[in-house]
Amino acid sequence: MLKPLEEMTATDYAEIGLKSGLEVHQQLRTNKKLFCRCPAGFYSDIYHAEILRHMRPTLSELGEYDGTALMEFKTRKNIIYQLNKASVCTYEMDDAPPFELNEEALDIALEIALLLKLNLVSELHIARKQYLDGSIPTGFQRTTILGVDGEIPFQNRKIRIVQLGLEEDACREVSDIGHVRTYRTDRLGMPLIEVVTYPDMRTPIEVAAVAQLIRQLTRSTGKVNRGIGAARQDVNVSIEGGTRVEIKGVARIPLIPRLVHNEAGRQQALLEIRHLIRSRGVKPDNFKPQFFEVTDLLKTTGYLPIKNQLNQDSKIKCVKLPYFKGILRYPTQPDTNFAKEISDRVRVIACLDNIPNIIHSDTDDETISSANWERIKKISGCNDRDALVIVWGDEQDSETAAQEIAIRASEAIIGVPSETRRALADGTTGFERILPGPDRMYPDTDLPPIPIFDQKIQQIRSQLPTPPWQCHEKYQQLGLTPQMIDELFLSERARIFDRIVNETSYDPIFVARFLTQQLKAIYRKRATAERIPEDVLSEVFKALAEQRIVREAVPLIVEQWLDKPTRPIVPVITNYAVRNRETVEKLISDLAEKVQLPGDRRRDQRFNHLMGVVMKTIRGRIQGKITAQLVEKYIIEKYG
Amino acid sequence: MIDNENYKGYRDKALSTLKNFSVRVWSDVKVATTRGDFSGIILPRSETADDRHIVLKLHNGYNVGIGVDTITAITETGYKKANYKIPEKAFPYNSKKPRVKLFGTGGTIASRLDYRTGAVIPAFSPGELYGSVPELADICNLETEKLYGVFSENMGPEQWIGTAQAIGREIENGVDGIVIGHGTDTMHHTAAVLSFMVQDTPVPIVMVGSQRSSDRPSSDAAINLINAAKTAAESDIAEVVVCMFGPTSDQYDLLHRGTRVRKMHSSYRSTFRTISDIPIAMVSPQGFEYFRNDFKRRRKDKKVNLNPVFEEKISIVYYYPNMKPDIIDALVDNGYKGIVIAGTGLGHVNKPLYPALKRAQQKGIAMYMTVQTLWGYVQMYVYDTGRDIMELGVIPAANMLPEVAYVKLGWALGQTTDPEQVKDIMLTSICGEITEREPHNGYLIFQGGIPEVEQFISQYWK
Repeated sequence: MLKPLEEMTATDYAEIGLKSGLEVHQQLRTNKKLFCRCPAGFYSDIYHAEILRHMRPTLSELGEYDGTALMEFKTRKNIIYQLNKASVCTYEMDDAPPFELNEEALDIALEIALLLKLNLVSELHIARKQYLDGSIPTGFQRTTILGVDGEIPFQNRKIRIVQLGLEEDACREVSDIGHVRTYRTDRLGMPLIEVVTYPDMRTPIEVAAVAQLIRQLTRSTGKVNRGIGAARQDVNVSIEGGTRVEIKGVARIPLIPRLVHNEAGRQQALLEIRHLIRSRGVKPDNFKPQFFEVTDLLKTTGYLPIKNQLNQDSKIKCVKLPYFKGILRYPTQPDTNFAKEISDRVRVIACLDNIPNIIHSDTDDETISSANWERIKKISGCNDRDALVIVWGDEQDSETAAQEIAIRASEAIIGVPSETRRALADGTTGFERILPGPDRMYPDTDLPPIPIFDQKIQQIRSQLPTPPWQCHEKYQQLGLTPQMIDELFLSERARIFDRIVNETSYDPIFVARFLTQQLKAIYRKRATAERIPEDVLSEVFKALAEQRIVREAVPLIVEQWLDKPTRPIVPVITNYAVRNRETVEKLISDLAEKVQLPGDRRRDQRFNHLMGVVMKTIRGRIQGKITAQLVEKYIIEKYG
Repeated sequence: MIDNENYKGYRDKALSTLKNFSVRVWSDVKVATTRGDFSGIILPRSETADDRHIVLKLHNGYNVGIGVDTITAITETGYKKANYKIPEKAFPYNSKKPRVKLFGTGGTIASRLDYRTGAVIPAFSPGELYGSVPELADICNLETEKLYGVFSENMGPEQWIGTAQAIGREIENGVDGIVIGHGTDTMHHTAAVLSFMVQDTPVPIVMVGSQRSSDRPSSDAAINLINAAKTAAESDIAEVVVCMFGPTSDQYDLLHRGTRVRKMHSSYRSTFRTISDIPIAMVSPQGFEYFRNDFKRRRKDKKVNLNPVFEEKISIVYYYPNMKPDIIDALVDNGYKGIVIAGTGLGHVNKPLYPALKRAQQKGIAMYMTVQTLWGYVQMYVYDTGRDIMELGVIPAANMLPEVAYVKLGWALGQTTDPEQVKDIMLTSICGEITEREPHNGYLIFQGGIPEVEQFISQYWK
């Protein structure tokens, strides 16, 4: 096992040959979906109808089924789609062919492709990438790539970008129980870009940092969705001697380092298992697992997980894994061992999802009685170098499960199987599916190829935002703190920051602090989603730079404008025009007379009272400290 | 031709670019362009695409188009010719199972994918079908024969006659059931005309197709084929039927009588419906549920009544407001022998057409009226218009669907030109193309949005 994440160094990771790459999926902020005219981004739990479908794999020209496809077919799932008429049309139901590609989405994707310095294609060809888990009703995702071979600067080197793709998003899973998997279709069809990096990252922290950088980049366009689920990362991890494993659907970047670290550890543990088994003389071609039926023997067991599941159709199977003693309890991830790898396969492929779904002879837990274990060992001829795994379910599921147990055991002799794994909240991963082969893509002939003209590229290039890495250095030189810089990108206000500083040369730190702190607080306080446009903010800061208003006025003007967003900004600014000292002095004395300051109070009480009254009128029109000075001067002059 | 193979689909600018750099289709190449470098395999170009791009399959599996104007250099690094050899798998025969013959007329009921090139390769021989749909072997012993390979809009009298004759031969050979793979666009036309050309069949004749192409994981092809084979092998229905999805969910297929079925939506899986009546039965791998018992039953003999004739010069005229008589005159002047009119309402056309109809009547053109509304009977006594039109020799065709009346008229005129005999043939129902009564559940088009309808829809898989 590896040292804990906190104790690992870059050299440690180099020694195990860690390589990691990212596939970042980011939803684009468009009105409509990618291949139909449904509104994009309308999420709801309500549905008006359901449809039932199944997926069948298609043979390749070699006469074989793609491994993933075959796996999904084995699960024999009934797939239910929930339909809400506001977000889904016959296209999503796979009952109508696609409409034309959404041009708004294409333009945003091109903008990001240019920022990533990719070689752009001249003609987009739409492909079908097959998915048989049911997450897309057609059984394939329509996807296309815009460019290849780009790069982003990272620390003092470059992270290479393989490609940028534009594709449709999949359904959201509602539940997956037994042989029924249910999906919600609202998210289906929304435009996504996929940014794929080469496995150039060398430590878990680097992976998270690059993910953050790519997120800042996409946010800098101001045209991508934010919020939960709008961006997902798939993380590829491999170590020397291991295999590329894809950890799918990591929604939160801070979780990435632990996931990568644990996966590296898991692969290393699997390599150690391989070594251990081989040292016992076991090889792929002499490994012969054996199968026994032990239904009658265990049908009266008191072990609850079996007892509660048993009915007249149940079968209990036992698989003997020769020379596997001790392997099942070998630790693979924090708080888990190799037995979980097997249990995962049984859960996903045989659909036996009541956990525990297996018991094994290596276990320390209380399972079936030791008398029963002895009987089963005797029947199966299991000696003290072998291991036994017991699984139970209906006829078909228990048969599938027994096969999968043997398959996973034989894969352990070879090394690390190529898998797609799901990220779990504790930073470990679980099996999701066999990693799909590269060959599950073919052209979508429902749509013609789409040309990308030079003119379009020129036009988009002329309006590109400055990429984050160019901004980082500049912002640091301007004196912004790392938090401010981060927040500017994540809140998508880097662009307005650039504009204000360019137009007015006003103190950048004040501008940054206003945009990242005060403005954020103002929005959070308000109930509506109204946002002040760039043009309006620009006017306010121009007034500030020209000293027509003071700093204190800025948040007040913004709030007043937000109260009635349709009005022009100029009168609001004028309302806060800076007053000179004479005006303020006069105002103070007028107000003091009206207010009738009590005669017998202490100076500070009079000050507070008068200050309160004066500020109500004058706030924001002159620096607060000048007002305080003038009020104090008045009181001293009047009362001594 | 060698050139064709090396430059499949490329022409003009793109073709000369390939030749200039001495590369061909299937060359593994590195392409330098003004937009950067790309490497991959040159794929054939689609015939309908322009001549300004070259298609590359990148090593990640995606296809891209490279503008020939952007190319500065192409270097070949390898060459991998496509090889469409599909390994044969034998269909397992079982002497206890029924013998079913599958005729192919077009469309791909099953296919394989060549991921290397992206080509969809039809799977049609029993071995290939067994590979794609192994469930077939549990149902029957399957033989296949490709009759035609056309899109169904290109099916016509020649193909209908050929298919009818092939069916006749197969029945005489003692087959247990026949399945016909057919494109869905005109499946109902073919189903109707075969119902007339092949009468008193002793075995089921089941037409089947797919609304979603069979290369897709979600395709309805396999389920339709399994259900059609089951119907041909096991059901008692000795008629021409169409076997396609009931709902759009993967639940069951419906068996529709060939003379009352119609494609009712351009793309839904559930597009086929029986009009003005109910289907014969529902079929799924679990079995059959019959909705009625007035169908012809399976027999053990090998006799069939074949009459594969067709008069081509007939037309359907879809009436529209302001239709001018010259349309009808043009048909008459061009030697058409029969006209089926799809009239409005109970079977009406406008007054200006009357002289043209009269002229056609005088020339002995057979004219029959059907309804555009599809559901319901022609009833031309109710309004003056109808009575006038009947005077002009237009014969009401009860509740025959317009397309069915069209093929029946062609079939009738193929047997005789005597108007009375034609009328006799047309108005004598052979297999349900005219029904005596329309039950209350013959027309069930529910409107979305109505609360009780929405409630109903939400309770069942659609």
